[in-house]
Amino acid sequence: MGDPSNVGVKLFASLREAVGAREVTVSLPTGSTAGQLLEALAAAHPEVARQRDALSLAVDHVIRGPEFVIAPGAEVALLPPVGGG
Amino acid sequence: MPGPTQIELVEGPIDIAAVYAALTHPTCGAVNLFVGTTRDHHDERPVEELSYEAYGPMATRELTRLAEETRARFPDVVGVALVHRLGRVPVTEASVVAGVSSAHRGVAFEASQWVMDALKARVPIWKKETYRDGGAPQWVANKEALSPTKEPRS
Repeated sequence: MGDPSNVGVKLFASLREAVGAREVTVSLPTGSTAGQLLEALAAAHPEVARQRDALSLAVDHVIRGPEFVIAPGAEVALLPPVGGG
Repeated sequence: MPGPTQIELVEGPIDIAAVYAALTHPTCGAVNLFVGTTRDHHDERPVEELSYEAYGPMATRELTRLAEETRARFPDVVGVALVHRLGRVPVTEASVVAGVSSAHRGVAFEASQWVMDALKARVPIWKKETYRDGGAPQWVANKEALSPTKEPRS
């Protein structure tokens, strides 16, 4: 694990409105996993904690599980259950 | 040799005739278009309109993957079109068109059903309902929506 760096996380729809921002920033050691990022976000934002079990994490436009290591500069987004169609 | 593919996220009305035209092909005897439209009620509540938001780059990527997967699952498919409207969609207007063309109609019916179900499960687009009963607008998830607690994605 390296030095802390800031990771921007995009938010959408119900989550964007509940948190009140299109993007939030979280400080994480380099080499952190998707699970650790979600943990940090949930600690900082009660709405993320509340909806957590329903949220998917996308890294560079692909849904990733909790063990996935987030590379520096990756595009990260937190997605509520979809409603298209 | 795959036929035409049309993947699009659009603001404003979907040009359904253009989607149909893009799917026609000399080898095809069938073009099946599913058109999803805004209805004026959800359960017992009167709906004023729907509004759609997308994670654009990822939605386009997922729609492209769905078109590829449709061809892999249904090798007789020729053309695939997946077009979703974003922003406000008034009652009776189209929010989504899922179209498939093929030599014979059976495959076109089956493939468009499959791709539409898959679209509702995993493409990152969200829907907000506005009501005519004075209640607060609500984001409504699809019952098909995948989540971390359901089956993992491929």
